[in-house]
Amino acid sequence: MNTEITDSVHTVDTVSKGAFDVDWRKIGRLGGILAIGLVFIALVGMPVGLDGRLLIDPILSLGYLSLLWLPLIVGYSVGREVVLEGMAETKKGARDVVAGAAVGGLGGLGLSVLLVLVDNLDLRDPLVNWSPQLVEFLSFGSGLAFGFAAWIVIGVAIGGVGGLLHVLPGRGATAFVGAVLTVMLVAIFESFLTDVVDQLEFLYDNTGGLKVVWAVVLAVLAVAVALSGGFEKVSASRTAYQTRTGPGKARQTSMLVGIAFVALIVIPMVTGKVTQELLANVGIFLLLALGLNIVVGLAGILDLGYVAFFAVGGYTSAVLTSPNRGPQWPSWVPTLDGPGGWAIALVVTVLFASLVGLCIGAPVIRMRGDYLAIVTLGFGEIIRLLFLSDWLGGYFNGSQGITKIPSADFGTFEVKGTDPRSVFYLALAFAALSIYVSWRLERSRIGRAWMAVREDESVAEAMGINTVNLKLMAFVVGAALASFAGAIFSAKVGSVFPTSFEILVSIIILVIVIVGGMGNIVGVIVGSVVLVGVLGGPKQPGLLQEFSQYKLLIYGALLIWMMLQRPEGLVPNVRRTRELHQDEFLQDSWLRGEVDRDEAESVDAGDQLAGGMSS
Amino acid sequence: MTAAVRAKSAPKTNIDRFLVVIKVVLIGVIAIGLLAFIAQQLAPDNTFAQWTHDGQEAQRLSWPQYRGLIVTGISQGAMYGLIALGYSMVYGVLGFINFAHGEVFMVGAFTGFIMANKLDEAGWWEGGMFIPAIILTIVVCALVSTATAVVMERIAYRPLRGSPRLIPLITSIGISFFIQNAVILLFGPGAKGYPSNPDWLEESIPGVGIEVKKLLVICIAAISMAGLWYFVERTKTGKAMRAVAEDKEIASLMGIDVDKTIVTTFAVGGAMAGIAGILWGILFRSVIATTGFLPGVKAFTAAVVGGVGNLGGAMAGGVSIGSAEALGPLMLLEPLGVKGVSQLSDAVSFTALILVLLIKPSGLFGERLSSEDRA
Repeated sequence: MNTEITDSVHTVDTVSKGAFDVDWRKIGRLGGILAIGLVFIALVGMPVGLDGRLLIDPILSLGYLSLLWLPLIVGYSVGREVVLEGMAETKKGARDVVAGAAVGGLGGLGLSVLLVLVDNLDLRDPLVNWSPQLVEFLSFGSGLAFGFAAWIVIGVAIGGVGGLLHVLPGRGATAFVGAVLTVMLVAIFESFLTDVVDQLEFLYDNTGGLKVVWAVVLAVLAVAVALSGGFEKVSASRTAYQTRTGPGKARQTSMLVGIAFVALIVIPMVTGKVTQELLANVGIFLLLALGLNIVVGLAGILDLGYVAFFAVGGYTSAVLTSPNRGPQWPSWVPTLDGPGGWAIALVVTVLFASLVGLCIGAPVIRMRGDYLAIVTLGFGEIIRLLFLSDWLGGYFNGSQGITKIPSADFGTFEVKGTDPRSVFYLALAFAALSIYVSWRLERSRIGRAWMAVREDESVAEAMGINTVNLKLMAFVVGAALASFAGAIFSAKVGSVFPTSFEILVSIIILVIVIVGGMGNIVGVIVGSVVLVGVLGGPKQPGLLQEFSQYKLLIYGALLIWMMLQRPEGLVPNVRRTRELHQDEFLQDSWLRGEVDRDEAESVDAGDQLAGGMSS
Repeated sequence: MTAAVRAKSAPKTNIDRFLVVIKVVLIGVIAIGLLAFIAQQLAPDNTFAQWTHDGQEAQRLSWPQYRGLIVTGISQGAMYGLIALGYSMVYGVLGFINFAHGEVFMVGAFTGFIMANKLDEAGWWEGGMFIPAIILTIVVCALVSTATAVVMERIAYRPLRGSPRLIPLITSIGISFFIQNAVILLFGPGAKGYPSNPDWLEESIPGVGIEVKKLLVICIAAISMAGLWYFVERTKTGKAMRAVAEDKEIASLMGIDVDKTIVTTFAVGGAMAGIAGILWGILFRSVIATTGFLPGVKAFTAAVVGGVGNLGGAMAGGVSIGSAEALGPLMLLEPLGVKGVSQLSDAVSFTALILVLLIKPSGLFGERLSSEDRA
């Protein structure tokens, strides 16, 4: 919980402490956590699996990077202290470096011990990554003793650098972080950058790693930009935009939206197939996430069976357009595979999915939050089981799925899977439509009612809101948006199988909405671009194709971390943030003298009571 | 019309009418299925049975088949009941559903797999040595699952105490996802086979016709349940747990360490899930990283059926869900002419969950929750 208070009322002197006057218990705890984390990463197989991918040829591979980033962050965070109002602040100095180095050293020791254990014990039977390759990797191919010492030294060095970031004056820390991030990003996104701009290939070796010379050049460039204040200007203009109000902001916003829209239309024209495919996937998941954002973000209904509507959308449009659907369909269900047929099928699909949403939503909508979550999870699974079953096999072909789904033909404009650019444009058009709709809804009477229901259902009901109808409406709107995505997905892939609609998809969309920021459209866009674009969807590869094996683990870790540290998401919704951090806001305003303390406490207690009552 | 009368009649909205239709349809399907089943038991070639089977003769179930299904149902149900206890206790104390509890069970089953294979290599998993081996395995599984549950509580749930309800729920989904994928990466994605059970375990008891392994599973579950009952009802720690479930603040005023009690709750629930894990291993002899999902949801169903927070109810709910899952497809769906019913047994338990929540949300035996959660 963030108890840091930015607006200080009193000024308190800082005290300096000696270099070794550090909190050893904290160091021990964080060092232990770091060591466990590093050993876990090593045993999960990331270092060995990613070792083949060179980042800076021949110095650094992605495998080593997967172990090196953690000590830096923990080394930095050990020096971070909660500054309490009225308490003396400790001056940053050599003790932070010592603490960082000690923590890093403990972490490195964890890897050294692991190295010795892997070399001497055989646990390969249950643990698949307990292998000679791991020994080879951890000892740098130069013997056990060297590896043992090397990891402790590396840990101390990197942890120390992490601690040093507190001490570096002025723009020094920004320059360091900027340089590291620039080099790493350019190296990691090699395939993407060369796909967009072919001429950039001179930066890289034929192994795909960044050439050492260019790595140095990039680092120097980033340092130069940071030292001249470039990064600060960017963040300053961002803050200026965020704090601005009134018509000026509206003009700026519409300009930004316009630029983004034009960029989105132009980018796929200049990029290669890989990026277009990626953008098409991002578009489909963006549509899904926008729908779930209405359900979870605005109305506060945790729908875990969201994939059911994606599946219904995909299967309905498949049944209506494919000649290869199950044999038992009566003849009055037409096959719309001519020009313009897809559009009719889409309308039917959306109507049908809304109907399914209504039928599923009606029984569950009155249940309390956690029951609803698990029942929708059950529905998501039932629908997949029905599509998979022999019972309905005559309609949906069971595990064979429905294949030969024709491309979406609008007469003049044809969308097919072999041309991901057209899929992207279609998804973009629908996404633009749904963004507009959700934006209008959010600011309408309905949207405000949804937010009221999310914040406190009993109070909302007392205010005269028909909570059941409104929640059901959110559920149905979400279902309709998901069926859009399902229809586009089936036209893109050309086939639908029950395995494309596992619960996993629901969870990943949930992660997108939560990481981006519940209830915030910009957040959802950022979330889907960052997660689906970079890490990849449930089955679709992202920019970091090397990570495809580990992405689900990363999704899970991300979800936990976001909930613990930043439940409002990367791009928070102002109102939602206030809801989630009410205690801190009250505390802050009490310190500023705006609220009477007793009153703040009574409000707080009342809120807890209300939180207990509503469910 | 006075206000009071209107308030009584007001909730009759279209949604209510729709719900009534759903209830009628579901109960109707169940009733027709049962009738068709009775009809085909009486005479497989009667017109009703022929109508549902497109003119083909329906299959009559014999007594050994019944016995097999019922024993299967009860043994699986006992396992679900053990998992359900964890859901129920955590819900009673913290008021939220720990989605990741199914993963605690899976971790138990995985530990059981590792232990069983290591013991099998040492020659303990057969003959007379099996009894001490299985006791050792149960203890280790319970310990590992307990550790998982306690670490989970410390890392993810304790910092979130007092935050809005949705937050710990979403966190638990994240934990479940994380543990599943960590297990896939640590131990490999394939299904892991337990060593084959000793011969005497696979045989049936002569005369009664019940498989020994299923009897063993039921016995282990019953003993664990009895132990838990003693712990919760007769020890001081159990009393503290009940007090915390009733009212955290007043419990802490009475000198109860609430944090410690919550950890104990997670630990005991984890131990039960770990024992259920090894029971899974004995019954199905195979475990995979996604093993925790379906039994987790079914155990949750069992907890709801029995009434959340009600420990005896959880066990009874488990047995009813297990039996419904074993008997439902053959007694309700098969007589209606549904093909491939065994694929739909999971759908049956989900439908049971929805039906119970629609008709009696407080469960068959009633919820035992503190007053503030009941709203």
